[in-house]
Amino acid sequence: MISVLTPLPVLLPLLGAAGALLVGRHPRTQRTLSTLVLSAVLAVSVALLVLADESGAHAVSVGGWPVPLGVVLVVDRLSALMLVVASTVALAVLVFAVGQGSADGDEETPLSIFHPTFLVLIAGVSNAFLAGDLFNLYVGFEILLTASYVLLTLGGSAPRIRAGITYIVVSLLSSLLFLAAIALVYAATGTVNMAQLAVRLAELPEGTQLLLQSMLLVAFCIKAAVFPLSAWLPDSYPTAPAPVTAVFAGLLTKVGVYAVIRTQTLLFPGGALDDVLMWAALATMVIGILGAVAQTDIRRILSFTLVSHIGYMVFGIALGTSAGLAGAVFYVAHHIAIQTTLFLVAGLVERQGGSTSVDRLGGLARSSPLLALLFFVPAMNLAGIPPLSGFIGKLGLLEAGVADGSWPAMVLVGGAVVTSLLTLVAIARVWTRAFWRPAVQAPGADTAAAAAADAGPETTPEPVAVTAGTPAPAPGGSTATRRRPRTVARARAWARHTAVATDTGPSQDGFGDRHLDPRPGPDRPLPGVMLGAASAMVALTVALTVVAGPLYGYTDRAAGDLLDRTPYLESVFGGETVR
Amino acid sequence: MTPTVVLPVVIGGLYAAGVYLLMDRSLTRVLLGFLLLGNATNLLLLSSGGPAGLAPILGVSEPEEMSDPLPQAFALTAVVITFGITAFLLAVIYRSWRLVRQEVVGVDEEDRRVAAREAMDADDLDPDDLDPDDRPAAHADSLPVAASDDVDLPATTRSRS
Repeated sequence: MISVLTPLPVLLPLLGAAGALLVGRHPRTQRTLSTLVLSAVLAVSVALLVLADESGAHAVSVGGWPVPLGVVLVVDRLSALMLVVASTVALAVLVFAVGQGSADGDEETPLSIFHPTFLVLIAGVSNAFLAGDLFNLYVGFEILLTASYVLLTLGGSAPRIRAGITYIVVSLLSSLLFLAAIALVYAATGTVNMAQLAVRLAELPEGTQLLLQSMLLVAFCIKAAVFPLSAWLPDSYPTAPAPVTAVFAGLLTKVGVYAVIRTQTLLFPGGALDDVLMWAALATMVIGILGAVAQTDIRRILSFTLVSHIGYMVFGIALGTSAGLAGAVFYVAHHIAIQTTLFLVAGLVERQGGSTSVDRLGGLARSSPLLALLFFVPAMNLAGIPPLSGFIGKLGLLEAGVADGSWPAMVLVGGAVVTSLLTLVAIARVWTRAFWRPAVQAPGADTAAAAAADAGPETTPEPVAVTAGTPAPAPGGSTATRRRPRTVARARAWARHTAVATDTGPSQDGFGDRHLDPRPGPDRPLPGVMLGAASAMVALTVALTVVAGPLYGYTDRAAGDLLDRTPYLESVFGGETVR
Repeated sequence: MTPTVVLPVVIGGLYAAGVYLLMDRSLTRVLLGFLLLGNATNLLLLSSGGPAGLAPILGVSEPEEMSDPLPQAFALTAVVITFGITAFLLAVIYRSWRLVRQEVVGVDEEDRRVAAREAMDADDLDPDDLDPDDRPAAHADSLPVAASDDVDLPATTRSRS
């Protein structure tokens, strides 16, 4: 049973992507197909979770090749939990994207690429979680990264291309580093099977071990956005469309964290680099959250808190104790859900208010009380206000840190508390200004102009680009912009409006698509499907609090498995030890 | 079968040149740097199988004389991946050229904006102490005057004159 189910989380989305490409001309069929596929993946993941919790880790050799030779997929408690959370989040984001698509009239546009790419992304994420050998892990990373390149540059507007290039080059660099590390691991041990590596790596000289471990960790820490390797994230995520940012924020960095957990527990259980990770975790937490406090754009604030809270997970991993790992795994599950929810809500805020800058937003609590509630609950959860799951995760990590008792751990505990408070500060600024400040008194056209002016500095008129497809101001516009921004911005907003209205395809005038909505404003109700998806995610984060007891018990058992290592090894080797 | 010194030297040279090109601001050079790094890594993968041997086909050569087939399979996979991503990166660079007539790594304007910001947020202050232009729009005295829209940015490479 479990052998049949294990490959499905990878297989189903890939087949679904092929199907979605085939029916690309029928958006309705495409949506139904991808929603069904992701629901099936979720069902399979839940089944795997139940089975893995009952009977422990299980390995499937794909294609029937004998174990050390063929590709192995391994489900244990950790990967099953990751799969369940990932597929839940993916499904919610997909529904949100479908809602956004139908609200914006996507039926007419030739853009059929989103659904297939999204499914490929999920296949890559599942493959990374299930991979039982290093090279398959690399392939999983590449699948999800390639899909993410496409999703991040969707529409090809100037800000997205600029952000996309940074993201692509940084990701490529980390992939190459990972690949080089695989080459060296293979040269040193003659295998890439993780279970076999767990035995053979321990026999290597200490220096070699340290080199291999640090190469793998650096590669994974780039993907997980651990300081000092995190600068790419707040720079690239905020420009993407809301659903894309949401799924990236939730899943992609956590795949990196997952790989770090595997490296530190399965491959190199000695804890050689735990101290380095500890300080990296502290720097990630504190510097990340200081960045968030300095920002004024909601999406950038959320991106920085994302970086900052990666530090909590790394802290738990670096402790190396069962309690620390359990806290880290719980925090990963909590954080995937919470960060996705917040980015989805930020998408709704942008729709409602016409901007994501807290300097421009105002009065949202009055114009949409439901939106205020949807923001407030996950925001408080992120900051770790008591009954919610964020508090439970942080408490678990802090307890593990105190139980460890060494002075770096105590410093980290202090840093974690400060970070939590600063998160509250950053979130409270958004809350008081965007939601409770009196609405900026501007008629609809002015709001659009303000939104356009908001994008202004990023898109100082580029003569060539402007003439490309829209009846926009003449090429001499750049000096005029500097002198009278408002008038020019209004003219450009109007040009953009007509361009959208007459459907001349994706905006070619260099504007970010995040300001593409021609009619922002409180008078337009939010689409029900988007609200529903966001509400479902908020409900899920609250549900995480309700089931926190059993969930924490589960992560405890998962952490026990991780430290013990024998369940994993036995599942791959079937009882006998292969050297 | 003796280990060769050529391969490590070539790999090292490719890595050095690749890193150098990757540091450049021109995107075409970044792409070339990535290609060199990719090739260096593929060679590294290939050399991880030990010294070269005969083709690993049963019936053609004896198992003792065969080279290790697994790194070759790795390198093949990696070559395909690198190829696909290079094509995508080229498309993105071309798009960047079409949009803004430049193929350099762009400036993050939001960062500049944050750096140029006042040390304190405008609405944390008493609105009456502020310049009328800087008051929140809802402030009674400032109603006739709209909130200021333009943000002074430090000169960037993208501003044209």
